[in-house]
Amino acid sequence: MALLEVKNLGISFGGLRAVNGFDIKIEKGQLYGLIGPNGAGKTTVFNLLTGVYKPDTGSIVLDGKDITGKKTIEISKAGIARTFQNIRLFKDMSVMDNVKAGLHNKHSYSFLSGLLHLPSYHAVEKEMTEQAMDLLKVFELEDEAETLAANLPYGKQRKLEIARAMATEPKLLLLDEPAAGMNPNETKTLMEMIEFVREHFQMTILLIEHDMKLVSGICEALTVLNFGEVLAQGQTSVVLNNPQVITAYLGE
Amino acid sequence: MSFLSYLINGISLGSVYAIIALGYTMVYGIAKMLNFAHGDVIMIGAYVTLTAMTSLMAPTIPAILLAIVVCTVLGVVIERVAYRPLRNATSPLAVLITAIGVSYLLQNIALLVFGANTKSFPSVVQLPALSLAGGNLVISSLTLVTILACIVIMIGLTLFIKKTKAGQAMLAVSEDRGAAQLMGINVNGTIALTFAIGSGLAAIAGVLLCSAYPSLTPYTGSMPGIKAFVAAVFGGIGSIPGAMIGGILLGVIEIFGRAYISSQMADAIVFAVLIVVLLVKPAGLLGKKIQEKV
Amino acid sequence: MEKKRWNKTAKNNAVTYGIVIVFWIVMTLWRQSGNLSSLLQGLLVPVCIYAIMAVSLNLTVGILGELSLGHAGFMCVGAFASAFFTQCMTEAIPFVPLRFALAIIVAALFAAVFGVIIGIPVLRLQGDYLAIVTLAFGEIIKNFVNILYIGRDSRGLHFSIRDTLSLGLEEDGVVIIKGPQGITGTSRDATFTIGIILLLITLFIVLRLIQSRDGRAIKAIRDNQIAAESVGINITKYKLMAFTISAALAGVAGALYSHNLSSLTATSQNFGYNMSIMILVYVVLGGIGSIRGSMIAAAILTVLPELLRGLSDYRMLIYAIILIVAMLLNWAPAALAFREKYSLKRLLGKNKAKGVE
Repeated sequence: MALLEVKNLGISFGGLRAVNGFDIKIEKGQLYGLIGPNGAGKTTVFNLLTGVYKPDTGSIVLDGKDITGKKTIEISKAGIARTFQNIRLFKDMSVMDNVKAGLHNKHSYSFLSGLLHLPSYHAVEKEMTEQAMDLLKVFELEDEAETLAANLPYGKQRKLEIARAMATEPKLLLLDEPAAGMNPNETKTLMEMIEFVREHFQMTILLIEHDMKLVSGICEALTVLNFGEVLAQGQTSVVLNNPQVITAYLGE
Repeated sequence: MSFLSYLINGISLGSVYAIIALGYTMVYGIAKMLNFAHGDVIMIGAYVTLTAMTSLMAPTIPAILLAIVVCTVLGVVIERVAYRPLRNATSPLAVLITAIGVSYLLQNIALLVFGANTKSFPSVVQLPALSLAGGNLVISSLTLVTILACIVIMIGLTLFIKKTKAGQAMLAVSEDRGAAQLMGINVNGTIALTFAIGSGLAAIAGVLLCSAYPSLTPYTGSMPGIKAFVAAVFGGIGSIPGAMIGGILLGVIEIFGRAYISSQMADAIVFAVLIVVLLVKPAGLLGKKIQEKV
Repeated sequence: MEKKRWNKTAKNNAVTYGIVIVFWIVMTLWRQSGNLSSLLQGLLVPVCIYAIMAVSLNLTVGILGELSLGHAGFMCVGAFASAFFTQCMTEAIPFVPLRFALAIIVAALFAAVFGVIIGIPVLRLQGDYLAIVTLAFGEIIKNFVNILYIGRDSRGLHFSIRDTLSLGLEEDGVVIIKGPQGITGTSRDATFTIGIILLLITLFIVLRLIQSRDGRAIKAIRDNQIAAESVGINITKYKLMAFTISAALAGVAGALYSHNLSSLTATSQNFGYNMSIMILVYVVLGGIGSIRGSMIAAAILTVLPELLRGLSDYRMLIYAIILIVAMLLNWAPAALAFREKYSLKRLLGKNKAKGVE
């Protein structure tokens, strides 16, 4: 069974049909690309998947569980985590606290325990810190644990956002243009990191990307979106050779 | 008939709120700040008029004109000295607190110059009252003048914004300051102009308000200022017709509340209606809801 | 790494508590020496009251990131609830410390209930709309207290919003809350030491909250609501939590306030929007989000107008100018750039701050 199965997803804003009849099927462990020209509705699909918008039509099933129309926090608990095109970190919190905020639903202690520093507070906080530190090490951010997120260089902010998303222990990770604004070198390390995350956590990843190199380099399957509708879908090599895709997206 | 006369009084008080609210809403639309000192400019306008009429023995119209000039200059100076340096501050609270400081400053300057005693303000309109329905409905000339002033100001302002280059520049700056600057619009000048117009209107509002409620103290402008701010939010802050509608509705609600429910609770009723309106329409009656793009 | 951080926050907090305790020791010794003017003596409890108000408002403004202009309304609720409690219990609980402690808890609970009732609708709004609605609620509370009459007789409590007569009290009845006259004859149980203890408790609650999992969630909402939601943080719950705790602590300040006066009325001076704004001034001047800063700013600005009393009529004028100048120097980008350029550290060649980054 597919990890994510979306059927006939659609939403309109005013008179505009932003996404229409969108289907996608992602197998567990897949690294899947969602591409398309500007304004094709890629980010809208992400917003629909994560409950930022409620779909007008269609269904979303994650790991056998229907999550259509659920609220963002329920979807987060169900196992979808995401990053944002325009980075959204908790700017005035430390790198460590950003990841710990991501761990929010994984650990708990009572308000009173937090107030009086009861044993459960120390135990849970210690565990959270260790877990956060492990994640920071994966993303090579351990030396910046105490830095304010706002003071990180751009590339590291992108990494931190992924680390925070991973902290929620998702089944599916959505990356919205992770390489946006990066130079070729940074993009290359990012690609390696995404592959590493996939291997290391056996993560299923759906990523939106403009950078064709990144997409063809690491994604096994692609969906091409144009004017809110699916133009082509399937194995990367096949999709990239689809003449329709070439005219609509690649052929200028 | 009492219902009708309450209604007319309400519209009249609401017209004053509307004129003040216009100043609030224009400044908010363009400078994206709550000018807490706006209410105190009203008070200064009233004092200047009063002083001109009593100490300088000036006739009514020149006295009001003088007040308009003084308030206009005052508004521009406040913007230049206290608000402009903070326009790009990291927190929007900075300029809000400074505006509060300016409000204290104006109140205390008035306290020093004019004293703490309540001054009685003469009505600036000395025409006979209008008697309708065989004397059952009497509308004072001041009420009529106030409503008329409000209508004239509204039409004038709308024409100014629609027809003049400066008005178009104001619209552009409120829409997108950065883009307006790139298009060669003098943003500083436009914001200063907005403060000038808003403060000039405040002077008129001050005269009308104190003619209707003739006791003037250094704190006179404070509560009407807050209520006009409520009116602006009520109508949808940033929207000029919204300020108008919000102001008039607020005035009517206040007068009705005072007449039919409880005079002590009139203010509370006004605030309660605001809360209900905002809960149903979170951006006010005519405001645009701006949703954050994800 | 982690250890270092804990030490740093712990040290920081210790300094905050230390300042309060040192202040208490100095003031107590000064008072015992007999040299403390009666004017300053009279300000000791108010300093605690406004420090608590500022610290609690900072939880809403600095930590949750929502602008509230109705904080004095919660203080009003706490003041009246606790004074009412004390009046009713004067005979039942003659032991003053216990009665006052219970009165403070009553104040906190009542203010918290109002915090929840007001918070649920208000926290759906954003930015300036939220600010104006909190202001509106504050004014409604103040107005409502002014028309509220509560009396007590052998049959129990009687409420009215008209006048004393419509309470319909029996012979033995007493009117406790008398509309615009408020509550008179409250026992003045508040002392400087109690004020300091309550301030320390407030600091403890707020500082511990900030460091906890809940506090992280609240700060995450402040920094980016959409991202906070995306990691599964319950926005409504944590906004309401911060707002309610903030309200409850303002209620505590209210209890201190009402037990520092022999008669309590709700005017625009003590519980109106002017007061809410004054508290906001403390928070912003002390540094948004800086708990210690808002406490110190509150203390200084409570004493400052009295210290300027010698300047008589000019004192509030000078206060206003100080406020404006302080804001310009601390916030104007041009002033900050100037300070950066000519900072002492730089002039002395100590570029330590740069090196760390």
